[in-house]
Amino acid sequence: MKWLSPALLALALAAPAAAETVLIRDGRVITNTQAGVIEGGDVLIVDNQVRAVGANIAAPQGARVVDAAGKWVTPGVFAAVSQIGLSEISGSGAPNDASIEGELVSAAADAGAAFDHTVTAIPVTRIEGVTRAAIAPGGPNTMFSGIGALVSMSGQPGSVFRDDAFMVLQMGEAGANRTGGSRAAYWPALEAALRDAREYPGRYRSGQGGAVLNEIDAQAVQPFAQGRGLILVNVESATDIRRLIQFKRRNPQLRFVINGGSEAWEIADEIAASGIPVMIDTTQNLPGNFEQIGSRLDNAAILSRAGVQVIIASAGDAHQPRLVLQQAGNAVANGMDWDDAFASITSVPADVFGATNLGVLRAGATADVVVWDGDPLEVKSAPTAVFIDGREQPLTSRQTLLRDRYHPNRN
Amino acid sequence: MLSGKTTWAALMSGLALTACASTGSTDTPTTTPAASASAFPSTYVRREYRPVLIRGATVFDGAGAEFANTDVMFENGRITGVGQNLTAPAGAEIIDGAGKFVTPGIIDAHSHLGDYPSPGIQANSDGNEVTQPNTAEVWAEHSVWPQDPGFQRAVAGGITALHILPGSANLFGGRGTTLRPVLGVATMQQMKFPNAPQSLKMACGENPSRVYGTRNQSPATDMGNVAGWRQAFARATEYNRNLERSRNRPANGGDAPRAPDRDLELDTLAGVLRGEIRVQWHCYRANEMAIGLDIAEEFDFEVAAFHHAVEAYKIADLLAEHGTCAAMWADWWGFKMEAYDGIRENIPFVDAAENGCAIVHSDSAVGIQRLNQEAAKAMADGRRAGLEITRAHAWTWLSRNPARALGIEEETGTLTVGKAADVVVWSADPLSSYAVAERVYMDGALAHERGASRLPPSDFELGQTAWSTGQ
Repeated sequence: MKWLSPALLALALAAPAAAETVLIRDGRVITNTQAGVIEGGDVLIVDNQVRAVGANIAAPQGARVVDAAGKWVTPGVFAAVSQIGLSEISGSGAPNDASIEGELVSAAADAGAAFDHTVTAIPVTRIEGVTRAAIAPGGPNTMFSGIGALVSMSGQPGSVFRDDAFMVLQMGEAGANRTGGSRAAYWPALEAALRDAREYPGRYRSGQGGAVLNEIDAQAVQPFAQGRGLILVNVESATDIRRLIQFKRRNPQLRFVINGGSEAWEIADEIAASGIPVMIDTTQNLPGNFEQIGSRLDNAAILSRAGVQVIIASAGDAHQPRLVLQQAGNAVANGMDWDDAFASITSVPADVFGATNLGVLRAGATADVVVWDGDPLEVKSAPTAVFIDGREQPLTSRQTLLRDRYHPNRN
Repeated sequence: MLSGKTTWAALMSGLALTACASTGSTDTPTTTPAASASAFPSTYVRREYRPVLIRGATVFDGAGAEFANTDVMFENGRITGVGQNLTAPAGAEIIDGAGKFVTPGIIDAHSHLGDYPSPGIQANSDGNEVTQPNTAEVWAEHSVWPQDPGFQRAVAGGITALHILPGSANLFGGRGTTLRPVLGVATMQQMKFPNAPQSLKMACGENPSRVYGTRNQSPATDMGNVAGWRQAFARATEYNRNLERSRNRPANGGDAPRAPDRDLELDTLAGVLRGEIRVQWHCYRANEMAIGLDIAEEFDFEVAAFHHAVEAYKIADLLAEHGTCAAMWADWWGFKMEAYDGIRENIPFVDAAENGCAIVHSDSAVGIQRLNQEAAKAMADGRRAGLEITRAHAWTWLSRNPARALGIEEETGTLTVGKAADVVVWSADPLSSYAVAERVYMDGALAHERGASRLPPSDFELGQTAWSTGQ
């Protein structure tokens, strides 16, 4: 970018409006609360909060009015789980903080400590209506493979609003591959790893050391092994998910969310009874490997009907968390209720990841609000206004600058 | 997975293969060896089916026109009518098209189905002959496993033809072939699209230079890539010349010189130079595509399409002047350096050039199932950028334009009387997240019916949990 320094570019792209009082008026308001959908509804934003949601809200003095007639107004989208902010370019030998080699630090690898709010993928994602994301490192070589964080898509310093939000645990084939290539070895290794973590620091100070975890990782896993944090489990097959449910019965203090869950639909009722939420890619319908043989497109619909908390997640890379919206639309096309599908990319992930006051529009909620030119789950739609923490965001990105530079009618 | 990781993973898994050097045949050529059109002939048979009349649907004809409340009729595999108040032949299947949309079948110009089938284990990684930078001698069709469950998923997404290409590790990856996604057959030949020309897959940029550069051999750079292509085409030019000489007695009498030993690699390149094999060129960057077009001028061949072509929007006019299509994703970007400048308006900007030829492609077993949604995104983003794009025009990116790039436009790609009856009935406007393909007709026969319960056509899936429980 010889024409603009990266710092200037970041400034140009990311400078949001100051917090203000804004009345978004006369839109189709999706509240994600018991108030449901309010046709011709208004949302009043004061500073960083939603002050009121309803019909015919009077504009306070000095309020800026955004006309949303014919438009949809929703909470900002919460994209789980991706690597956004962990690399500018994933491949090509470019630096990639999501990729961790060796076993020096694995469980303790902290996505929040690597998150870079200046990557160009953030404006690219934000202008699609995604205002929050859960991030995690890629796949280190050990079963506990890193600490996730919750981040804002504001592009501002201090975007990490929750460190230590969850611990990633590999299970199924991915777990087996990290324990000698066999599930037979996986479960005793997992038990031992949890024991290491619970007995930290004693067994390390005594010189006994860990059976599985090194000292750095044992310290990181400890709170999660004690039930003081959410464990995000990458697991696909119904058989492996059943083992996870059994494991949870023996360790009721542990808190899990399933990520992947290709065959979760096969045992939807058992999962619902376990209370474990499931994060899925709704376009996964191929037997990509032997733990995904049962994959099908109505996974989300079946789980949702069974009462499972469903989060629709993107493919997890650093550049396309925006695709959660298309994913949710496809869930609807395959039988999920629209309200449930929209909740699965807003209020449900906010709830599961403990991001209170996000994912809903009600008085007191954080003012992440998006105005859309149509149904947000329809691929043809796009935001016309995005507010994060009450600040309206510019709808520009490096991509829109390239678009404008090469526009066929630019002359 | 709607991400670049599919391609990446495919390439990386290809790298894990044990090298298996090919040995050239020493058969003496008899006629024209290069295209070898008679080798591995198609045994595809159109499935017999009753005549079909779809009544009163919204029709996109694939050539850019939309017709409201219109009938589409076909019989014996051919479209027999598109219009009002058509009369059904005796015994016809009558479909009420009210509220439905009818389009030509989607043609994916870039697929690796069968070559990188599911499950994606090492034994199934058959798409990339990563053993030397020029493997023009291999044919992607020889790796196709007809039991790939992905074919059925593709048909359910409205696909009626697809072009299977080798991977992109090599400067010359090998020949590509157009298939019909025929389900429940045991051989590749039964899927082979009759009389469709083959292609040569070439690859620009990071992949070949990284793969071979890390082996400390050429190409290690972009300039090495160019040298590799030019040297190979120079050899092919000579090969063609020697073949030609061997067929003609010299003017001064005596015997014609002996034909060159048959070389499968040069057969392919020589076929390109004779215009029998079309070039499908994996190339992301504008500067590299422009150099590719100059190489094509130097050696006098045409580039049917650049694939991925993430920067095609920067040279839309240049591509259009050369009659070269660009086969693109709607929004993939950033997964590697050469994909960094991806924009959502790439497809509509290529389309906006006079005679521009934009194609929506997948390169993905997931993406191929909903190319209509990718076209919808591109259409909507183009409109937001101020371009006028009708939904019927957007459909040209999915059927006519890929048919053109693959050399099968005479046979399919539009709802034209006399063409193959490749027809999809959609539940709603297909340029949407919510539309699903309700009925897919391939060559006039029903190939997919949404919700119809049947055993999986793939032998691999038969008796496994996917379709045999809960359904």
